[in-house]
Amino acid sequence: MKEIVVISGKGGTGKTSIVASFAALADRKVLADCDVDAADLHLVLNPKIERREEFSGGKKATIRADECIGCDRCIEECRFEAISYPENSDTPRVNHISCEGCGVCARVCPVEAVSFEPVVNGEWYISSTNYGPMVHARLGIAEGNSGKLVTLIRREARSIAEKDGLNYIIVDGSPGIGCPVIASITGADLVLVVTEPTLSGRHDLLRVADLASYFRIPSLVCVNKWDLNPEITEQIEKEAEEYGVRTAGRIRYDRAITEAQIMKTSVVEYTGGAVSGDIKAVWQNVVYGLG
Amino acid sequence: MKLAIASGKGGTGKTTIATNLALSLADTGIQVQLLDCDVEEPNCHIFLKPEIEKTGPVTVAIPEVVEEKCTGCGVCADVCEFKAIAVVKGKVLVFPELCHSCGACTLFCPEGAFREVPREIGVIEEGKAGGIGFIHGLLNIGELMSPAVIGAVKKAGGTPDVLIIDSPPGTSCPVIEAVKDADFVLLVTEPTPFGLNDLKLAVGMVRELGIPFAVGINRADVGNDEVKTYCGRERIEIVLEIPDDRRIAEAYSRGEMVVRALPEYGKTFEECWARIVDLHNHATQAGTSVGKTEAEG
Repeated sequence: MKEIVVISGKGGTGKTSIVASFAALADRKVLADCDVDAADLHLVLNPKIERREEFSGGKKATIRADECIGCDRCIEECRFEAISYPENSDTPRVNHISCEGCGVCARVCPVEAVSFEPVVNGEWYISSTNYGPMVHARLGIAEGNSGKLVTLIRREARSIAEKDGLNYIIVDGSPGIGCPVIASITGADLVLVVTEPTLSGRHDLLRVADLASYFRIPSLVCVNKWDLNPEITEQIEKEAEEYGVRTAGRIRYDRAITEAQIMKTSVVEYTGGAVSGDIKAVWQNVVYGLG
Repeated sequence: MKLAIASGKGGTGKTTIATNLALSLADTGIQVQLLDCDVEEPNCHIFLKPEIEKTGPVTVAIPEVVEEKCTGCGVCADVCEFKAIAVVKGKVLVFPELCHSCGACTLFCPEGAFREVPREIGVIEEGKAGGIGFIHGLLNIGELMSPAVIGAVKKAGGTPDVLIIDSPPGTSCPVIEAVKDADFVLLVTEPTPFGLNDLKLAVGMVRELGIPFAVGINRADVGNDEVKTYCGRERIEIVLEIPDDRRIAEAYSRGEMVVRALPEYGKTFEECWARIVDLHNHATQAGTSVGKTEAEG
């Protein structure tokens, strides 16, 4: 069983459309949407939720107004400026958006007036789709701890793959190089970086390639909409090669990619055109890259 | 005025709008500063090509054990909610990447055996691009705590007439850090199912934060009408529409400014700004400060 993570550095380069096509092309696989704070894969794969679980990424503090003596110890020790007096109130309040969940306020309170309890900040699901099982999630609005949720989703996907003896775990990752991306790629068999032929795409690819090599994960690159700027495409592929990142193929610009999204289907099922041939070639190279 | 440019979905055109808006305001003599808070993948510098005048490290405080004082009691590991400290065979191990710098270990160690030391997790660079003040941050490769670097970029910002914040994509902690004290948020989207889904999440976020906002649609003539239908239903103003013009995509690919390569778009950004100022004034008069307290729990 092999795990492939599709990431991009820069957002909006076509990760999810490519993952949806891989879902149609790969045999015996489980899908995992790890772009938990802007999950979109479900819009194409139309999952039927079979199991739904709450996600708690940590604890948050709440001050019980009737027990608080107003000594302000919590305010003094909170490093996240999360506690303050609301207008016209003589008891401080914790702003849950700023609260980091460290519990220092609860521990310094001399009268134990701060409760510090796990909070639910998302949901995760195991679903069935026409393409096979899918694990996905919804992180609550304005919540943190996306890395923990990503780790949980990958673990569930892996256990499904092991139980059913599947060949592939296909992971849709998130943009960037920070916490959720690191949680998505550590320990994976292969990273496919999807980029675009722009100076921004090039800049972001190099940072994300650096990240993959930092964690020693083999990676491939694919330039989407390559024909928008053939010179930069070539430059990106050459530079990636210097980072030890081989090319998995190029995907041409085609409005069929957007049309497929609107029709809620994968590109390779939507059109038999050349763009589908491009995506199939990328998938072949991914399989080859997995050895 | 502090304006944040945000979006749920990545790659919708935040940077294009932030930089071109900054430049068109600077062209009319307004004092503008641009903060690139997408510290994982900053791109504004590619377009504005600022001259960097000042570079500095971004550090966070992490605990260091003073071995002679440590008794190996394990209180530090118990009070650390982030599993950044373990005590193994009486020896304290600190995992710096996981540390949130809350200070619990230092505060509760009965022996006072911790001191805090700075640890570099990124850099910030400050400079000027023509008339625009420019600051961006870069998270070091392999680091997790992008909000700390975003915080440092914002702290370095001044008080110009207009401060424009280019935020990272998504709706979780880094985005909150970037937009939380903005006066107004412009949410950028594209008219596709992914764009709409992620716009709804972003709208939920700014409503939770209680900040007045409006929507800008990029590549407005691709896809379908559902974003407009949604905005109409939710009474959200659309203050900017940029067409799917291949010349814009090409200028973008080469790192050129739209308002320079295609001056006819200057008007588009000026009008967008006028609408934002209008909506902001309106929201201030209506007293959205009431809305802001909703974020407190």
